[in-house]
Amino acid sequence: MSLHVELGQFLVVSAILFSLGIYGVISRKNAIMVLMGIELILNAANMNFIAFARFGVMNLSGQVVAVFVIILAAAEAAVLLAIVLNIYQQLNTVNVDEVDKLKN
Amino acid sequence: MASMESLLIHLSLVVLFLPLAGFTLLIFFGKRIPRQDLVETGILFTALAISIYIMVQKVFFLNVPRIDLTFRWLDLGAMVGHPGFTIDLGIAIDNITAIMLVVVTLISSLVHLFSLGYMEGDVRYTRYYAYLGFFSFSMLGIVLSNNLLMMYAFWELVGISSYLLIGHWYEKKSASDAGKKAFIVNRVGDVGFFIGIMIVFTQLHTFLLTDVFGGIAAGHLSGPLLTAAGILIFCGAVGKSAQFPLHVWLPDAMEGPTPVSALIHAATMVAAGVYLVARVYPMLTAGALTVIAYIGAITAFLAATIAITQNDIKKVLAYSTVSQLGYMVMALGVGAFSAGFFHLVTHAAFKAGLFLGSGSVIYAMHHEQDMRKMGGLRKKMPITYWSFVIFSLSISGIPLTSGFLSKDNILAGSLAYGMLTGNYLIPIIGYAVVFLTAAYMFRLIIMTFHGEPRDHHAYEHAKESPKVMTIPLIVLASLSIFVFYSFNPFNPDNGWFLKAVTQPASVVPASQSYGFNQPVNLTMVDSAQAGATLAGASFVEQPAVPTAEYHEVMEEIHYPGLALSLTLALLGIFMAFFVYEWKKLDAEKLKQRVLPVYNFLYNKWYFDELYGATAVAGTMMLSKSLAWFDSHVIDGVVNGAASFTRLWSTLSGQFDHYVVDGLVNFSAWFTGLLGRGVRKVQTGKVQTYIVFALLGVIVIFYVFRQL
Repeated sequence: MSLHVELGQFLVVSAILFSLGIYGVISRKNAIMVLMGIELILNAANMNFIAFARFGVMNLSGQVVAVFVIILAAAEAAVLLAIVLNIYQQLNTVNVDEVDKLKN
Repeated sequence: MASMESLLIHLSLVVLFLPLAGFTLLIFFGKRIPRQDLVETGILFTALAISIYIMVQKVFFLNVPRIDLTFRWLDLGAMVGHPGFTIDLGIAIDNITAIMLVVVTLISSLVHLFSLGYMEGDVRYTRYYAYLGFFSFSMLGIVLSNNLLMMYAFWELVGISSYLLIGHWYEKKSASDAGKKAFIVNRVGDVGFFIGIMIVFTQLHTFLLTDVFGGIAAGHLSGPLLTAAGILIFCGAVGKSAQFPLHVWLPDAMEGPTPVSALIHAATMVAAGVYLVARVYPMLTAGALTVIAYIGAITAFLAATIAITQNDIKKVLAYSTVSQLGYMVMALGVGAFSAGFFHLVTHAAFKAGLFLGSGSVIYAMHHEQDMRKMGGLRKKMPITYWSFVIFSLSISGIPLTSGFLSKDNILAGSLAYGMLTGNYLIPIIGYAVVFLTAAYMFRLIIMTFHGEPRDHHAYEHAKESPKVMTIPLIVLASLSIFVFYSFNPFNPDNGWFLKAVTQPASVVPASQSYGFNQPVNLTMVDSAQAGATLAGASFVEQPAVPTAEYHEVMEEIHYPGLALSLTLALLGIFMAFFVYEWKKLDAEKLKQRVLPVYNFLYNKWYFDELYGATAVAGTMMLSKSLAWFDSHVIDGVVNGAASFTRLWSTLSGQFDHYVVDGLVNFSAWFTGLLGRGVRKVQTGKVQTYIVFALLGVIVIFYVFRQL
């Protein structure tokens, strides 16, 4: 049987992925988990680009943007991990709600 | 205008401005010029030489009554059909002016010469000479002016230079006080003078004397207003010539240096009043002249009675001057114009001589002025003594002197006036003063020069003054001899002087003039034709023609009057010798017997006290009440304004503090409150922000879902 895959199904998967990412970013205290949520969001966006490249009018530019986003995500992950590592060294925690030195 | 006239009038300008040039030179460059005194003295002698030339030419050779030099000083708003407003000023020379020029420059130059000795080594020597020059300039200005405005200006300049010279030794309080007194008392008269000038100007629109007389002759000013104008102008003379009731300043003015007294307060400035009356003579009504005659007579008598009791040599001479000025004024008042002016000239010579003589005595006595400490100076100072005797004979009216000629004329005039108008009081006073004059003058001579010296120390050091001081005395003494005025020692009528000085005809309406001095037919020149040319006089002065009746009376009384005055004068001299030389009558005992009268006279009729109690005290009271008004009302208003401002400031300060600051604080507090509320949202937790952002996105999607 040939599985007929439409644009809508891609978008639904992407939306679920995005929601999971948001949920992770909002609900997790651990900075690493927040980072992983951000990765999910970025990948949801990538999936959309790819889908639009296949079924939409973006053509190759969709795929190029997706490659860019992957690179960007890698760079971002590297920077963020470095920050988290520093925070941990300074404050002995990676919980984002405990890092509130700018308050007051 | 003939070239001679033009020459004379311009020479008179030179005479006028020479002393001013000297003044300027001395005041601004005095320190850089060697022997400034000689420069100024030389200038005055030059002026004297020119003046003598002018007088000789004018009086003896020139056949023109007067030379005018007028110029248009002010010209406003002239257009076709409307003459506008113009003021002409200028100078003029007639016989009276020419003679006065010589009198002023002669006395002034002799005083300059005398001062070389008298003022030697003075602290403000240069300034003294500068002021003398300034005075001479002002006095010559009065003499030369042909209009009332310039006359008034020079009048005030004379006043200020008199003030400066009286207060020459201003370190002495009495001197500076005397200067102020002289100036203020003079101002009182000058106010009257000014009002008089303004009456004339508002009615006739001119200051030129000839135009004024022309206007009055044409009937543009008459009646009580004309009399008032005459009396008010005479007020100026009352102040300057120290007539009753403003005579009080002149004796005090003797605080100035003695040569100044001789120049200003004996010969020239005080004679300016008489000169003024002579200048405006044609416009004086019978009413005004009667007032003038009485003022003069009262002054002559009052001052003579005071003079006889004074012990200060200069005070005696001062009161004598006041008395003689009273004579001159009286003479003008009774219509004896020529006699009055004649006495002015002769008096200038002998009174200046008397003052310089007293200066010589004071110099020898080391500035001692009290006659009770003098005596016996005759042998030590022969030149001073003999010149003094000549001056005293002259002032007493003894024949062969100039004073006899002029005084006798005055007395004859007053007697004729008394007989024609019934005012016998005036000739009676006139003759009484003859006796008093002779008595006080010889009392002075005997106390000063005769008898035994009373202060031996001063007497030992006394000696005749240096030549610069005796030469002026000799010159003035010789000028007190009759030959200079008339070759006939008993009757000056045919002498050159009375031929040159003729009484101008009155221009007032016949009903307002003396009956014996009727106006003659007047020749009028159309003023528009004459214009403002050099000879711009629109009115020609005519000599007065006395009536036959007047001639008759004069003839009748001439010799009896002469005999009477001579007897009285000799009696006065005899009295002085009787009491003071031969001591047949003890002056001290006599004084005790009439002590109240003596005290009354010695204290100058209590005039100073009277004025002190009335005018001075009144002024002080007015000043005090004004000061009270100032400190209470004016200051009250000012302080009230201040406290009101303070109150207003306090109120507005409170408003600032409570309302404005309240608003500002409220807005701050409100912002704070708002901040505190909003801060709750700003948790610092990134996740919370994301929730908000997400909610926001959802809301936006929901709102824009239809698009």
